[in-house]
Amino acid sequence: MTTRQDESSGYEQVQAGAEFQELRRRYRNWAFPVTVAFLVWYLLYVVMSAWARGFMGTKVLGDINVALIFGALQFVSTFLIAWLYARHADRKLDPLADKLRGEIEGVRGE
Amino acid sequence: MSDHALSITLFVLFVAATLAITFWASRQNRSASDYYAGGRSFSGFQNGMAIGGDYMSAASFLGIAGIIALSGIDGFLYSIGFLVAWLVALLLVAELMRNSGKYTMADVLAFRMSPRPVRTAAGVSTIVVSIFYLLAQMVGAGALVGLLFGITSTAGKALTIVVVGLLMIIYVVVGGMRGTTWVQIVKAVLLMAGAALITLLVLGHFGFNLSDLLGTAAQQSGKGDAFLNHGLKYGVEAKGLASKLDLISLGLALVLGTAGLPHILIRFYTVPTAKDARKSVLWGIGIIGVFYLFTLVLGFGAAALVGSKAIADQNKAGNTAAPQLALKIGQLLFGDVGGTILLAVIAAVAFATILAVVAGLTLASSSSFAHDLYAHVFRRGNATERQEITVARISALVIGAVSIGLGILAQSLNVAFLVALAFAVAASGNLPAILYSLFWKRFNTAGAVSAIYGGLLSAVILVIFSPVVSGSATAMFPDVDFHWFPLENPGLVSIPIGFLCGYLGTVLSKRYDSVKYAEMEVRSLTGAGAEKATSH
Repeated sequence: MTTRQDESSGYEQVQAGAEFQELRRRYRNWAFPVTVAFLVWYLLYVVMSAWARGFMGTKVLGDINVALIFGALQFVSTFLIAWLYARHADRKLDPLADKLRGEIEGVRGE
Repeated sequence: MSDHALSITLFVLFVAATLAITFWASRQNRSASDYYAGGRSFSGFQNGMAIGGDYMSAASFLGIAGIIALSGIDGFLYSIGFLVAWLVALLLVAELMRNSGKYTMADVLAFRMSPRPVRTAAGVSTIVVSIFYLLAQMVGAGALVGLLFGITSTAGKALTIVVVGLLMIIYVVVGGMRGTTWVQIVKAVLLMAGAALITLLVLGHFGFNLSDLLGTAAQQSGKGDAFLNHGLKYGVEAKGLASKLDLISLGLALVLGTAGLPHILIRFYTVPTAKDARKSVLWGIGIIGVFYLFTLVLGFGAAALVGSKAIADQNKAGNTAAPQLALKIGQLLFGDVGGTILLAVIAAVAFATILAVVAGLTLASSSSFAHDLYAHVFRRGNATERQEITVARISALVIGAVSIGLGILAQSLNVAFLVALAFAVAASGNLPAILYSLFWKRFNTAGAVSAIYGGLLSAVILVIFSPVVSGSATAMFPDVDFHWFPLENPGLVSIPIGFLCGYLGTVLSKRYDSVKYAEMEVRSLTGAGAEKATSH
């Protein structure tokens, strides 16, 4: 039981440390607002498909209308956000996470 | 050779190849980690393909193309919701789950809670969601075989359900996660290739002029410009506010359900690290996104070349739009033989699609039964690995047998709503529990149990009393009427209920474990102490 206690309090120490707090901040400050943003952007499409049909049916290029372009933009934004997240994680999250993991597993002798 | 003989030959080839892979994979299975998680040794790209193979069901392939062919751009709503949903999985769930879980969704939920009540709730929810989804696929397989392979008798359809069920049982029982993953990878390659081929032929036929394709589709649909705008199927003006709220409700369940589907979540355990889990979701998003763009062309192409009326005559839901399009475009470009060959290819691909998805669902539900309910609830963590795996195999057999039986019984019922219900339950019960447990320090056992049961029960009860079960011509039981809930999709009400139950359960109970939360938070973000890949 003592080892378990030591191990757990070790995690609390890491959690309270400046580097972990920085990792947590970098992750949450990116992921949370972007999640809100893409959900709002998606729901805007859904709501407009129900209540803004005049606008959605406006033809832009031949028979291609706003609804189709708006829908295609949802694909574009999804690909873009996925790519931006991967870049953010590579540059800002992984180095810090790797360093912390090395320290924790080093201490625990794994 | 008739078109049916060719379809069946191609399908038999697929079955032979996947069975060979399954038996080969089974020789590498030694430990529980091999059976449940494929030894965590798949690469990000391989798992990304498998995610596509697990996710793109017959409902996606035939269903969405069919909705677009009959109701125009309304079908695009499904594609968008199903795709955007992956951002929730990528940003909030995949990596953190990989780092803090082991084999099942419940591993993450029970991390800092009392294991027995939380694993019971998560296990029940996993099995319910998977069985709903499974049943829809099984009944769909029975209906499809009549249209694709010319088998129309009730006995013939029942036999098809038995064959599909037996194959999925073999994949899962023999191959475990490793075998199932390879089946899904092979299926994803075939589905992407088949859909890409028809898409290119259709676009080529219209001189790569998208506007021309859309204009012809609108004309041939008999609905004119309305075909290119929303409102033919969802949020129909004539049906008033309830119909529009139904559309919002569906949209919410689609975007929030994916990251709570157990058979999708366990895919994140099949890779060595969280970084590979991220890569696999990125590949998955790419594959799934491109596939849904193909289905847009397939749906409008079917409307333009086959015509909405000819499609509806063959199947009221439009499920045969893609195969009918394959036949037509083949005939137009390469004559009758070309049409026959393309139809056979698409029919075989459709069956491969169903098989890969049902195998994933059977694996998810039997793993949860063995790991969560048997090993942790019934045996209180005292089962050996060998016992656990034996139970997992037996439960795959039982779940397979039950779904074969239910599939045959439900054959004549309209159960298409079950896929949307599975997404609604996942979004209402599982997702709140997962998000709260990953991000809310104060979250506790009472909160987790309340979120799962609250979301699960509210979604299921609302659907039982909705127009999809009784009181409408297209209902599961069209001859009786006991409905009082006006919407077909429960998400708009049940998702907030799930989140609220999780919140109230948490704050009304004083207990929580901040020491375990520290461990979970640090491990989930850094990957310290995460389960390692096995090396063979």
